[in-house]
Amino acid sequence: MNIKPSRLRLCGNWVLERFPLAKVWNEHMAHYYAPKNFNFWYFFGSLALLVLVNQFVTGILLTMNYKPDAKLAFDSVEYIMRDVNWGWLVRYMHSTGASAFFIVIYLHMFRGLLYGSFKQPRELIWIFGMLLFVALMAEAFMGYLLPWGQMSYWGAQVIISLFSAIPVIGDELSLWVRGDYVVSDATLNRFFAFHVIAVPLVLVLLVFMHIVALHEVGSNNPDGVDIKKSKDPWGHPVDGIPFHPYYTVKDVVGVAVFLLFFATVIFYMPEMGGYFLEAANFIPADPMKTPEHIAPVWYFTPFYSILRAIPDKFAGVIGMGGAIVVLFLLPWLDRGKVKSIRYRGGIYKKALLLFVISFLALGYLGTQPVTPLATTMARIFTAIYFGFFLLMPIYTRWEKFKPVPNHITLDPTLEERIPALIALWNEVTEIRSIDTDKGVVMKRRFNATGTKHVFIRFAKYLKESLD
Amino acid sequence: MIDERVDKSKRQFLTTALTVVGAVGSGYLAVPFLSQMQPSVKAMAAGAPVEVDISKIEEGQLIRVAWRGKPVWILQRSPEVLKTLSTLDGELRDPQSMESSQPDLSKNASRSLKPEIFVAVGLCTHLGCSPTFRPEVAPHDLGENWKGGFFCPCHGSWFDLAGRVYKGVPAPTNLEVPPYRYVNDTQIIIGETEGKSA
Repeated sequence: MNIKPSRLRLCGNWVLERFPLAKVWNEHMAHYYAPKNFNFWYFFGSLALLVLVNQFVTGILLTMNYKPDAKLAFDSVEYIMRDVNWGWLVRYMHSTGASAFFIVIYLHMFRGLLYGSFKQPRELIWIFGMLLFVALMAEAFMGYLLPWGQMSYWGAQVIISLFSAIPVIGDELSLWVRGDYVVSDATLNRFFAFHVIAVPLVLVLLVFMHIVALHEVGSNNPDGVDIKKSKDPWGHPVDGIPFHPYYTVKDVVGVAVFLLFFATVIFYMPEMGGYFLEAANFIPADPMKTPEHIAPVWYFTPFYSILRAIPDKFAGVIGMGGAIVVLFLLPWLDRGKVKSIRYRGGIYKKALLLFVISFLALGYLGTQPVTPLATTMARIFTAIYFGFFLLMPIYTRWEKFKPVPNHITLDPTLEERIPALIALWNEVTEIRSIDTDKGVVMKRRFNATGTKHVFIRFAKYLKESLD
Repeated sequence: MIDERVDKSKRQFLTTALTVVGAVGSGYLAVPFLSQMQPSVKAMAAGAPVEVDISKIEEGQLIRVAWRGKPVWILQRSPEVLKTLSTLDGELRDPQSMESSQPDLSKNASRSLKPEIFVAVGLCTHLGCSPTFRPEVAPHDLGENWKGGFFCPCHGSWFDLAGRVYKGVPAPTNLEVPPYRYVNDTQIIIGETEGKSA
């Protein structure tokens, strides 16, 4: 029997004959094979994409009521917050989204450090990713000027003045960036243009290149094993599964959990105690007076700390820029032959731990006022930060690697972990007989010695895992 | 085989010529595009001189006026302050203001036309924050070495009450002194020097 195809199918075919929709879908989703051992750390790529979409949608809505004019900007933001229907929600989604973007991106980059995702053959993915990071910082910085509060104004003043530290052309360059002798209406207007048109276009282009480069060589994984080495008779990697539906479904779980946190911040703590939206930014910009304590938004503070730690204007700017430049060089600084931290030597694990501590400490110090002690601490952590990268060609040569398996290893599932979890529960508690007015009853109570043993074992495990 | 008989040099010449013409054209187009981001005529015209009445300033008091959109400080210094200033040279990076920006008439020990009236642009020479005025001696947050001066809260630069920068802080040079002149004993004009306007 000959079934007549439905109208919908005919329409679909009409499109497919003219546009390679199915081909693109298959290449990048349904037939794109990803390693099957992706873990928690692999959520953040897709989450970054989600936040980017959030910023686009809320950003477009904000431009409908925002006025990029030094006289009107501050009031127009307050107008959005008070008088525009749901304006407060859209604005908080955008401002929280900016911080969420950096949280997600920092975790995404850390994943790269953990599993060697920047190493051969993925150097270009890392470079595109770093360019994305720089573009994102530019986008965030220029967006922060737009509310025209005190922090907006003086933050922009400080960062634009960074250019003036460059010898010879510095002063002309910062004048050109500002379009005036001080941060003014001209600066605000051009930052608006960059923030809503120029940089977003660059971001989209770079995301496209980042993903194209990734899909060309394929994803890395927590074991750092090349899954393309062993293929089944149909030519698919044995250790791989199609991205769709397996990882689309996994990422939906990540999205749900992320949105739970995101919504909590938006609805209950949109200013995040002054970290996401700083208190001084609720005062209109005053070119006559710098706030008593100025600090950039949290995501810039590690680099800001480095700038402050160096007691020389030009060297400080070089240090701050260098902190980002060394990240670009990572694929060539790391001489380790093994990708994943699971099989790397203790020296890299310890170096990475020190780096994470110094990055967080610099971030904290950057939010604090300058004191002699804080400056000394910042100098120590700056040395560690650069030490991690610049000494890498040396210490990664001494590394003693563990054997890398030929196939990926799978972590135990939650179901497989249940017996161990029950055993742990029995160890930290005990059944005790307790006298009550109804007589002696058996009750489960906390067991101090058992807990102590568990902690000692955990500490030993941690220590061993750093070797 | 046929390729060898094709004369590619003409093609190569045309390609190169087109590339060069295109590059020069783009270069010319870049001039107006980049130049339109320079300060406009209006922004450049906004730097008119400002007249300030200094008769009401008390000893130790600092007032702020806006000149070219920048904060300008006018401080009345006491004789004790001036005496302290002369003892600080060893702690300063540029005590004689050799590398700093000021009109020639203000390039002296007190960095001013009249020692008791100090005029300066209130922007740190490091990254352009406006330092805070801290005339008190040895406050607990700045420590015992503080002799009174200007403290930049952004990056911790120290300046004395003549706007001279201390050693070991991020700011490279002393605070800028703008061109100014006395109309009479109680009036100054910021933005003009004796005889000519800046």
